[in-house]
Amino acid sequence: MHDVNASRASNAFVPLMASAVLVNAVGLHARPSVKLTQCAKRFAAKIELALAPDGPWTDAKSPVKVMRVKAPQGATLHFRITGPDGTAALAAVLALVHDGFGEA
Amino acid sequence: MAEIHLIGRAASPGLAIGPVTMLTAAVVRRAASDDPAQEAAALRAAIEGARAEIAEQIKTIQGEVADILEFQVAMLEDDALADAAYEVISEGITAHHAWRLALDVEIAGYRAAEDEYFRARAADIVDIRDRVLAHLSGVDTVARITGGSIVAADDITPSAFLAADWSHGGAIALAGGSPSSHVAMLARARGAPMVVGLGPLSWNGQPPALALVDGDAGSVIFDPEPETRRLFEQRMAAANAALAAAESARLAPAYTADGRRIAVLLNIAAPEDLAGLDPAICDGIGLVRTEFLFETSLGLPDEDTQYAVYRRILDWAQGRPVTIRTLDAGGDKPIKGLTIDGESNPFLGLRGIRLSLARPEVFRVQLRALSRAAVHGVLKVMLPMIAVPGEFDRAGVMLDAEFAALRAEGTACARPPLGIMIEVPAAALCAEDFDAAFYSIGSNDLTQYTMAAARDIGSVADLNDAGHPAVLTLIARTVEAARKLDVEVSLCGDAAADTRLTKALLATGLTSLSVAPVAVARLKAAIAKVGS
Repeated sequence: MHDVNASRASNAFVPLMASAVLVNAVGLHARPSVKLTQCAKRFAAKIELALAPDGPWTDAKSPVKVMRVKAPQGATLHFRITGPDGTAALAAVLALVHDGFGEA
Repeated sequence: MAEIHLIGRAASPGLAIGPVTMLTAAVVRRAASDDPAQEAAALRAAIEGARAEIAEQIKTIQGEVADILEFQVAMLEDDALADAAYEVISEGITAHHAWRLALDVEIAGYRAAEDEYFRARAADIVDIRDRVLAHLSGVDTVARITGGSIVAADDITPSAFLAADWSHGGAIALAGGSPSSHVAMLARARGAPMVVGLGPLSWNGQPPALALVDGDAGSVIFDPEPETRRLFEQRMAAANAALAAAESARLAPAYTADGRRIAVLLNIAAPEDLAGLDPAICDGIGLVRTEFLFETSLGLPDEDTQYAVYRRILDWAQGRPVTIRTLDAGGDKPIKGLTIDGESNPFLGLRGIRLSLARPEVFRVQLRALSRAAVHGVLKVMLPMIAVPGEFDRAGVMLDAEFAALRAEGTACARPPLGIMIEVPAAALCAEDFDAAFYSIGSNDLTQYTMAAARDIGSVADLNDAGHPAVLTLIARTVEAARKLDVEVSLCGDAAADTRLTKALLATGLTSLSVAPVAVARLKAAIAKVGS
């Protein structure tokens, strides 16, 4: 049998992908960026975000890099998450975006 | 060491004792090393120093300003911010040059953003850049003023004052300055004693360790003898007892000796001024200065930030009327990125409503935030520096438009009544030509424009007299116009808190005075003594 994951010896987890629309008033600006990166840092998984489904991908644990994305209100945020606690991480970041970072 | 007595002029009342913090403007040039490893270490230490400094500042404030500072901390904690700087340092560039290069690229990225919220964040990055540069060059920054200390300096800026914590006492002793400066107004609002015009602060050898500041008499004693200190502490104890007695009377409404009810309102410069205050001490808030929202050098405040602050103030007032003044930048209140630098005479330049009308994109955000806040209480909006009816009308049209847009979006809002600040003599002389919902007399600027004596120039401070018959005549004329048109009028300048003027002001027909919270008890006592 050929194992599809055999070639991923260095990375035993399949990336989880999901997207959500930014509903808070001013997009992924200062406070939401801080909240998102604080949330992402609670997980061991590698968490990346992008404005398009095929990237370019940005480290969601870096406020400097997340701010450089300058995601405006109404933009769709795509997440790509790899790691042991990836499922919980994905649920957490999606909840944060859906909730408008608590400031909608 | 003999004690040093210096006599200046009282700028904010009260007595204070504390350790001396010297503020100097000296910029220390940094000596760079040739070793990239040392330069990288210096940058790392400066970033950590800046981060720790902001983290310390956050402890003394709450709300929106704290949120913005937390953002700066998060950025400084992120290695990605300095990656580019470390890279060029390894190629032999000095730490300060490398940091500036890297941050300027970052700042340019924000300035080029399409979204105004991201463009506004450029100011945050500028602040981060400059804080780290200050740490690299070892320049002392204001944030290191510890609570309770006596700040001794040539002069102090409003933002420097606001950056320090005045809740644990402390006072200001200035070589220069003026009792009518914006900082003096802030000091009176926060209850920090202040003495100005002390002359050159020079010492033989060691700078002083301790100082006694008498903000009532306008004197300062550096390094007092034990006996001097003991007598001063006795006076402080007596003054505190007298204050406590007046405090108990300040909850009652104010009446003159002949039974005339006088509304006593509050002037505040930030929501923090209301901390611990019982709203029952006042009949409302007569003046909310909004400059503090813009003065943080952290970028222009967005609509939600402003709305949250305005709403907090209205919630505090519990249904009492609250008059919020739209941004009054310019003159002695410069705001980076907004006011014009290098005007030959800023007091006669693009300031107050003139600046707001010239920068409609900034003004609109404030009008929207005010319209949204208006549903949470009795809000009135006041326009500063109005000279001609056209300015009032243009602002009214903009307010109507923002109110209509909010309503069309289905956002909860109300159109607050729009009034004018009477501080330009032209407006005082022609008050009845304005279609304003109320007048609020700004006696500070009205005095300086009438007497042609700047409030921030100590040498002409004697001419800057709000009790001069010419100023009182303009006030009386405004009150008369209000009576004819049946609109409300109040006075919100420093003259309202000057109890030597209470009788003269009430004689003009005024029935509403607005003062800093610390002056309420004193003003109510003075009103009670005024008879017919």
